[in-house]
Amino acid sequence: MSEETTTGLSHNKLAMWVFLGSECLLFGALISTYLLYRNKFYDGPAPGDIFDIPFTSVSSFVLLMSSLTMVLALAAIQRGDIRNNRLWLLTTALLGAVFIGGQVYEFTTFIREGLGYTTSPFSSAFFTLTGFHGVHVSLGIVMLMSLLISSYRGKLTQKNSETVEIIGLYWHFVDVVWIIIFTVIYLVPNPTS
Amino acid sequence: MDTSETTTDVEEEHEHHEHPSDGKYMQIALILAIITAAEVATYFVHIGDALIPTLMVMMVVKFWIVAAWFMHLRFDSKMFTRFFVSGIVLAISVYFIFLTVFEFWTEG
Amino acid sequence: MTDTISEEVTEEQRPLGVYTRPKGGNGWRDWITTVDHKKIGILYGAAALFFFIIGGIEALLIRLQLATPNGTVLGADMYNQVFTMHGVTMIFLAAMPLAAAFANYLIPLQIGARDVAFPRLNAMSFWVFLAGGIFINLSWLLGGAPDGGWFGYAPNTGVIFSPSVGMDFYAIGLQITGIASLVSAINLTVTVLNMRAPGMTLFKMPVLTWMLFVVQLLLVFAMPVIAVALFLLMFSRQFGANFFNTEMGADPLLWQHLFWIFGHPEVYILVLPSFGIISEVIPTFSRKPIFGYDFMVFSGIAIGFMGWGVWAHHMFVSGIGPLSVAAFSLSTMFIAVPTGVKILNWIATMWGGRVKFSSPMLFSVGVISMFTIGGLSGVTHALSPADTQQTDTYYIVAHFHYVIFGGIIFGLFAGLYFWWPKVFGHMLDEKMGKINFWVMLVGFNMTFGPMHVLGLQGMSRRIDTYSPGFGFEAWNMVATIGSFIIALSVLIFLINVVTSVKKARGKPPCGPDPWDARSLEWMTPNPTPEHNFDEIPTVESLDEFWHRKWGTDDEGQIVRVATAEEVCQKGTATGVHLPSPSYWPLIFAIGLPLLGLGLIFNLWLTLPGGILIVTALYAWIFEPVDDPDGPHGDHHEVNEEISEGASDV
Repeated sequence: MSEETTTGLSHNKLAMWVFLGSECLLFGALISTYLLYRNKFYDGPAPGDIFDIPFTSVSSFVLLMSSLTMVLALAAIQRGDIRNNRLWLLTTALLGAVFIGGQVYEFTTFIREGLGYTTSPFSSAFFTLTGFHGVHVSLGIVMLMSLLISSYRGKLTQKNSETVEIIGLYWHFVDVVWIIIFTVIYLVPNPTS
Repeated sequence: MDTSETTTDVEEEHEHHEHPSDGKYMQIALILAIITAAEVATYFVHIGDALIPTLMVMMVVKFWIVAAWFMHLRFDSKMFTRFFVSGIVLAISVYFIFLTVFEFWTEG
Repeated sequence: MTDTISEEVTEEQRPLGVYTRPKGGNGWRDWITTVDHKKIGILYGAAALFFFIIGGIEALLIRLQLATPNGTVLGADMYNQVFTMHGVTMIFLAAMPLAAAFANYLIPLQIGARDVAFPRLNAMSFWVFLAGGIFINLSWLLGGAPDGGWFGYAPNTGVIFSPSVGMDFYAIGLQITGIASLVSAINLTVTVLNMRAPGMTLFKMPVLTWMLFVVQLLLVFAMPVIAVALFLLMFSRQFGANFFNTEMGADPLLWQHLFWIFGHPEVYILVLPSFGIISEVIPTFSRKPIFGYDFMVFSGIAIGFMGWGVWAHHMFVSGIGPLSVAAFSLSTMFIAVPTGVKILNWIATMWGGRVKFSSPMLFSVGVISMFTIGGLSGVTHALSPADTQQTDTYYIVAHFHYVIFGGIIFGLFAGLYFWWPKVFGHMLDEKMGKINFWVMLVGFNMTFGPMHVLGLQGMSRRIDTYSPGFGFEAWNMVATIGSFIIALSVLIFLINVVTSVKKARGKPPCGPDPWDARSLEWMTPNPTPEHNFDEIPTVESLDEFWHRKWGTDDEGQIVRVATAEEVCQKGTATGVHLPSPSYWPLIFAIGLPLLGLGLIFNLWLTLPGGILIVTALYAWIFEPVDDPDGPHGDHHEVNEEISEGASDV
């Protein structure tokens, strides 16, 4: 793994960081679109009417803590502690799944309360932004599960801890995006109808 | 936190200098949790005009903590930071202008 | 990213044995499984030329329709489809991939590497691009091509105003080619940063590599913006989202902003490769180093950076408000400065040099002169009051064709003539090359020069016909004749290719250094051997190759110190370990258009598409790094463990 690269950095990790730089523009566009439309709720519910801040706070906290378990998984594999690595990978995936479960619950509740995908520009922008984030989390869960499977096949060892590190970077990135979404979309006072 | 005896055999090629211990990570998570609690508290306790600046500061601090510690930017090559910060700065500038052109900040 | 796991597999933990990798050969199977950056470059070039011809035929149809008043060649609806597809094809399927061809072929050679950082991702980028290109063009057969302009302004491109499936193909097809661009950009960014030869600092890289590097960074940051815009359009059309539904209060300018935030960097994504190419050609044929290398590099970076702050000059009349117009007008005028620096430097490079007008040089001088005309007309609509008169007229069409055809296509042709011997081992005919240039130059100016006049006379863009009596007839006829002269020049190029290939058959390849060139890629024999360099050279200066051939004597005169044959490597090294070919990039790419067709026509089709994609990804990850019997070194870096007969290529 100690490839001789010009910068001394591994190709994979550098590529992941370049990709994350690119992702900033993707989520930036989605968040800006949402901000543009947060007042455009037409006849449907307004964000201030419908957001359930206590509920979202809990799921936000869950996702935040999954960053901790992710970094613990990495620390474990880096010192060759395969057992704890598996434990923390599994915990991270589970916390991610809880977050996604929360999102599914939130979406179904909103739909029941009359906020469908096509209700208003606000609803389209909201579901698209949080949906994109949810897809990112789900892909992260798939990657974590793939890591777990390859660990049980004996293919995830201290030597390829970098794989865990790179998937971890992705995971943390998805988490920091949610940090922004939680504040900007949920906590900043929202218009009511 | 049974880490103390195993941290020594981290291979040489992983020398991102000293990575924090598991305990340190948990302390950081605790700080993040406290800030999150404070964020959520603003929903219940009204603090008037200071609300949005306060929320923004807390958001940036959380973002920075995760990026610096959990994503190891503090310990890793500056090249990674450069790419990430480029993306963030570019995104903020471009979309700030974008929203300005839409008169987002003034329409209230 | 997906390379992560497989790259670290070692002997004792070889993955699932079922996934053996294909062996190299020379038949068609070798081409569809190749991960060699040179073959991928050639594939990009061939596909781009193919789409260039399709886009050209569409252009001829447009010109035939407009040749006379009340033209009847195309109906109004068909005209919309043809001009939309002309733009989409030329920009996304011809100019960008042709630049990608040069980037793929030349970046590793110019920085002294054996391949790119992620060879399989590189193959994937090409196949995904091709799949996207074919997908968009399938719309001709499956219900009508996109008809909302290459810029696809929503809400005009929503289902109400564009009810055919055309814009669905546009939204999904460009998303697919966008994936290709983004992946390739990340790949090449890492390649340039991580795989330079010893001694090759960033500021010893050739200007072409520098410009291509800036382009990759622009792609990395610009592609996600168009991706979001296309998603919003797709969700609006497919699932009834309200992003562009003005009745519900949506803003009709949302699309325009997102599109041009991407679209203006895109202009520089298109033009910088051409600038890089002529920055290699002009010093070679002026027999002088490039004038102001640092300025050249920094102006390229400045253009790339400033390109992010000018997007709304495409929208001066859309009602963005006087303050925004003033600000973007100003920033647009500023961006002319670094571009002017470049033009000055090219001229200064030629100044006092022993200029030899071979065909690559002719095309390069064509770029300088024609691009300058396009740049100057561009400055006239940076001034927003003037732009208010010019916008949506043929004056704009004239401007951007001087920039895109004059500045980009001429540059890419310069590159084709210049590096043809490098890639194929034989020269293109010089005489025909010169004829090619002059015919193209005349045709180009006859086609687009009159459009300035037409625009100022008030002929608007995108109209399918016009009535007699406005004074449009004569200039339109001239433009149409000119467009067929351009077609003739492209035909001359193709004939040149065919006859040169025939002439070269059975003859030994041309010498290693046909142009007395300057940069590292010419240190390998022509055509480039599969492993590029026998031995990775250590770089000491800019224009390393030239400095190895030429030195100064006691009186400061430049004298030859070595022949090109002495300096060039022989290409005879054996057993250099190279990455094995792979099926999965192609299979992954086949899945994407199926997914797209499924979204448009029948969701069941997404099933085979999804299965192909997931299978390809997992098979990719669990594919053995390499031929298991070969040495298990790192597979894309300078490899010291050259062992006997281990080459599986």
